[in-house]
Amino acid sequence: MSEAVPSRRLNMIEAINDALDIMLTRDPDVVVMGEDVGYFGGVFRATAGLQKKHGRTRVFDTPISECGIIGVAVGMGAYGLRPVPEIQFADYIYPGLDQLVSEAARLRYRSAGEFTAPITVRSPFGGGIFGGQTHSQSPEALFTHVAGIKTVIPSTPRDAKGLLIAAIEDNDPVIFFEPKRIYNGPFDGYYDKPVQPWAKHPESEVPDGYYRIPLGKARVVREGEAMTVLAYGTMVHVAEAVLAAKGVDAEIIDLRTLVPLDIEAIEASVQRTGKCLIVHEATRTSGFGAELSALVQERCFYHLEAPIERVTGFDTPYPHSLEWAYFPGPVRIGEAVDRLLSPKL
Amino acid sequence: MTDPERANLPPLQLHVPEPRFRPGDQVDYSHLPITAAGVQPRPDEACAASETHPLCLDLVRVLGEDHLAVGPWDPKLAPETLRRMLRLMALTRAFDDRMYRGQRQGKTSFYMKCTGEEATSIAPAMALAADDMVFPSYRQQGILIARGYPMVDMVNQIYSNKADKLKGRQLPIMYSAREVSFFSISGNLATQYPQAVGWAMASAIKGDTRIAAAWLGEGSTAEGDFHSAMTFAAVYNAPVVFNVVNNQWAISSFSGFAGAERTTFAARAIGYGIAGLRVDGNDPLAVYAASRWAANRARANAGPTLVEHFTYRAEGHSTSDDPGQYRSLQERSEWPLGDPIARLARHLEALGEWTPDDHAAMDLELAEEVKAAAKVAEANGVLGHGLHHPFRTLFEDVFEELPWHLREQSEQAIRERQIKWPEWKEEDS
Repeated sequence: MSEAVPSRRLNMIEAINDALDIMLTRDPDVVVMGEDVGYFGGVFRATAGLQKKHGRTRVFDTPISECGIIGVAVGMGAYGLRPVPEIQFADYIYPGLDQLVSEAARLRYRSAGEFTAPITVRSPFGGGIFGGQTHSQSPEALFTHVAGIKTVIPSTPRDAKGLLIAAIEDNDPVIFFEPKRIYNGPFDGYYDKPVQPWAKHPESEVPDGYYRIPLGKARVVREGEAMTVLAYGTMVHVAEAVLAAKGVDAEIIDLRTLVPLDIEAIEASVQRTGKCLIVHEATRTSGFGAELSALVQERCFYHLEAPIERVTGFDTPYPHSLEWAYFPGPVRIGEAVDRLLSPKL
Repeated sequence: MTDPERANLPPLQLHVPEPRFRPGDQVDYSHLPITAAGVQPRPDEACAASETHPLCLDLVRVLGEDHLAVGPWDPKLAPETLRRMLRLMALTRAFDDRMYRGQRQGKTSFYMKCTGEEATSIAPAMALAADDMVFPSYRQQGILIARGYPMVDMVNQIYSNKADKLKGRQLPIMYSAREVSFFSISGNLATQYPQAVGWAMASAIKGDTRIAAAWLGEGSTAEGDFHSAMTFAAVYNAPVVFNVVNNQWAISSFSGFAGAERTTFAARAIGYGIAGLRVDGNDPLAVYAASRWAANRARANAGPTLVEHFTYRAEGHSTSDDPGQYRSLQERSEWPLGDPIARLARHLEALGEWTPDDHAAMDLELAEEVKAAAKVAEANGVLGHGLHHPFRTLFEDVFEELPWHLREQSEQAIRERQIKWPEWKEEDS
């Protein structure tokens, strides 16, 4: 075994801040920009201290214009920079969609490689913070549907840092969705219980300095035989807690990257367990769970011992007062687990 | 129930703009205010943006009725430079004519001419440095021609053949030419505007000396990207030149649908705190002078400029368009600002530097040059006749590396091919 790398306990915000700091230091072409990210350091503090350390032309505030932020980032990428724009909430990304879908995603293809858009769009996403319908959405499926964009969603501080560094170094455009419910601590879905800080979670032990976690590689959170659980972001922790509470020996896979997807890890696991539970917070219809379900059905049909289960948010806008009725929490997951374990024959 | 206080008011009325002339109408442009050449002041290139406001409502013009260059905007170009400008515009027109015919002969699916608007590409390209990055819209083929990009490569792209540098992926004329600092043309409108600002910001971040320039049509100023770009350029004082080619028509929608009934397009700059110039787009010397002014201003960190080129789209929007369906064909002949090539030729003649015989000889020579290039390109194939890029290139460049799902899909595509043509081999596709 190699010598232990020095590490620190960090929450997800601190881990993201560390990744940005490291990349701003290592690569003079990296620039960080977005609404309120400069002097103030971002509404979630992800860029705190970076402008002071790296200067106002490397880390700066932008006008409130997501179309502009992403369009300008594409132009900077064409120049040779490696921009890391922040969209303050994933819910605000829609004015920038044309620049992402028609421009960033297709620039390499349409110019036959003459121009590329090596940009990493960071954006807090997901609910569970009483953010209402404009601060809670999970729009990842809009991006996984687009040819030419990679979609990355970390679930731990350690992963957030390593994946963000890999995303910034990637030469393709990456959407990096940060599950804001777990910025400060892993959330087990039991919203009426006290919040656990990251400090007590083993994955908050974040190695110092530069390291990458490759895009396209899933993480086996827990090995098990009873079923395979496919999740990402906040729902990794919720699923883990529910299955532990029910005493089910499930194999839990944190996908980390939706495109490119680690299909080998999924296939190997489902073919062994014969059962598959998919959990995401986003709305159900045409959600990424539908894609996962189709892939598992196509590739593992003869190994399946029960219908694939999908646990998702409801097909409504994200509510405010009834947030926990919307959220795919322990009861909804628990029901699906029970169905998987005792299928009606 | 209507509030009794409002009972006597006339009902609200929606104004839907309507152009002055429709098919068959007599065209009379006497309503257009066109000031004499030479009378517009030329402010200092580093002036306050607001100082340019009068120029946003006027028209910068250099070539007068007597075909001589007059006033403070006269760029005083040497005769050989003027002849080069004339030749580049004429070459662009010759190229357009050839490619238009190529499309009609079935060699490609689509083409877009820039007839009458040649000055709005050629003159800015000559005023910019060769390595300034341009973010064109779809009617700036003149920039490639001015920058010496091989015409054969342009035709290869238009024919989507096996030598097309864009691997047959883009609609004809949606060029990309990094070697001459020409950004990939999107086809979605106005997206290049914020990108040009980003490129210019990057150049400033890096302490470079290169600037960016972008083009779009007046119709596309209605897109949100235009507003985003203007805001970012103003906020960061980005070294960028915005060109709005106001050719009066966006397919069948006249400029009134982009707001031209209310103010000029140049005037939009003032609200952002950006310098604005409104230029006779068919006067190549005025376009050159305005472009030079804006480029110098940007390069001196004095800020961005919006240049409105007031011109006329002499032909259809594209080969898929028939302008006779929605506008009077007299518009072209009555256009009060004439034709940019004819005007520059008259100017050179007035200087004693050019003759109609020279012009006729040049046109013959250029037609031959284009014909020869088209012939070379045609040997690489025309659209739909089998000489395209290798089959596997369909899946390349979506990402830097081929992910598993695209590898699987490429295998599927090859299988389909083999089912359809059992003799087909991937290697010789």
